[in-house]
Amino acid sequence: MKLYQLSVKKIAEMLARREVKAQEVLESVAERISQVEHKIQAFTTLTLEEAQKTAMDIDRRGEITGLAGIPCGIKDNLCTRGVKTTCASKMLENFIPPYDATVVNKLKSDGAVMVGKMNMDEFAMGFSTETSCFYPTHNPWDLARVPGGSSGGSAAAVAAGEVFYALASDTGGSIRQPAAFCGVVGLKPTYGRVSRYGLVAFASSMDQVGPLTRDVTDCALVMNAICGYDHRDSSSREAEVPDYRDFLQTDIKGMKIGFPREYFLDEVEPSVREAVKKALLKYEELGAVVEETSLPHSKYALPVFQIIASAETSSSMARYDGVRYGYRDENAQDIAEMMSNSRGRGLGPEVKRRILLGTHFLSKDSYDAYYLKAMKVRRLIKEDFDRAFEKFDLLVSPAAVSTAFKLGEKTEDLSGVLNIPANLAGIPAMSIPGGVVDGLPVGLQLMGPPLAEGTLLKAAYAFEQGSDYHLRTPILEV
Amino acid sequence: MGLMDKDIEKLAILARINLTPEEKETYAVQFNSILDSTRVLDELPTDVVEPLIYVLPLYNVMRDDEVRPSLSNDEAMANAPLHEEAKFKVPRLI
Repeated sequence: MKLYQLSVKKIAEMLARREVKAQEVLESVAERISQVEHKIQAFTTLTLEEAQKTAMDIDRRGEITGLAGIPCGIKDNLCTRGVKTTCASKMLENFIPPYDATVVNKLKSDGAVMVGKMNMDEFAMGFSTETSCFYPTHNPWDLARVPGGSSGGSAAAVAAGEVFYALASDTGGSIRQPAAFCGVVGLKPTYGRVSRYGLVAFASSMDQVGPLTRDVTDCALVMNAICGYDHRDSSSREAEVPDYRDFLQTDIKGMKIGFPREYFLDEVEPSVREAVKKALLKYEELGAVVEETSLPHSKYALPVFQIIASAETSSSMARYDGVRYGYRDENAQDIAEMMSNSRGRGLGPEVKRRILLGTHFLSKDSYDAYYLKAMKVRRLIKEDFDRAFEKFDLLVSPAAVSTAFKLGEKTEDLSGVLNIPANLAGIPAMSIPGGVVDGLPVGLQLMGPPLAEGTLLKAAYAFEQGSDYHLRTPILEV
Repeated sequence: MGLMDKDIEKLAILARINLTPEEKETYAVQFNSILDSTRVLDELPTDVVEPLIYVLPLYNVMRDDEVRPSLSNDEAMANAPLHEEAKFKVPRLI
């Protein structure tokens, strides 16, 4: 075993006991990056020199605790002071934030070692990391396949051993679907559980930051480091944060698990459906009570998201005007032309499409028919969950409709049908390795009521300890 | 009634996005198919449903009006494509 293959927990223990130096851990990761990164293309920016300095500082510390000394990746839509934050867009290609996102700040004060910024779909709008303005990221399990998106770089790097964990964002499945495709653990916390300060906005009422890790224990450890109230984020929740390690227990006897029938329809490939049903049997074996249930408004989630996410996008993207930061067209004659040219050339097709659509949905003649209607249906979707959680502790479903598909193969991915409802309702949801189809990982999605991250981690941990999917690693020729 | 090229043009002006003729054509097709896909919402009666704007109860977060440390002019201007001292420079407005 090389150091880069170990878990966050194991490395933390070794560092605490001085069995290894932070610099050696970083060297192992750096070597791995030099061997596989040209194949994976998970990073937009590497910060190994800075990382080296941090690692040296950690090694000088009297006591090493928490995530100190452990190399990680940060999705390139989280602001990092002094380090480019591009959102994989030409618009922000040279943007260097003068401040850290709260989550980045938390990791830094913990002593985390950031080795780089992770590739993504442009402004997190996409499902395959192919809309990155730089290059697509490749799936470590099969380089001809996508890692999912939008957090494809983060998930691929964790799976490939280039980082021990990554922070990413999830607006409509952007943590969970890549986690499923890359066979890692991804958690989208309750809306407001983790600060969004310094996360470049996509759709503000749904954006949430969360971890990607190789196993459930590591997920709990990273959650401990990033959760909590932040006065800089007005939608931050003032709720107590438990020690998530306390939930890493295997006894789930009597836990009530529902599987919503709308999440097992024809959109989901039969092989994935089968794998998830097998996982449900496993839960029964573990003593959980598993029952079918219904979330009747599920089929409306995609159009509702389409409307709300575009509307919020058109508003949040208005700041890119070529005046204060970002790409600017130099040849325009007046300010309107300068803004229109800068936005026209600096933003990619997917982003422009959403801004224009959102502008339409919010226009006077369309507002009631689209935006208001969508917000009403959003309530119905949330109430489906409220009712389900009166009866069940959590809900289980596939995390994606298929395993990873090939680059260039799809112009849309219906996995959103499974992922988006949790964003609309603001509830926590995670994807864990739940099976294998043709050598590719299958993601199992767990959804819980607001602030029930602990319940999700417990159910995830119990499943993981009874399986070996999380122990499989992609074989990359070096 | 679908969106026409001229509707796309109007949206592009409102959103301040310069589009190429090819983009206008592509978006017109895509938009109509997306608008079609949202029609399914019309089958739901929602007259008595309150819109859900935010999943959390939101309230104003106030603090005392005290000066706190903030970015220096230099830091705030560092990413500006064009600036003169502490002012953003733009092409003529009128």
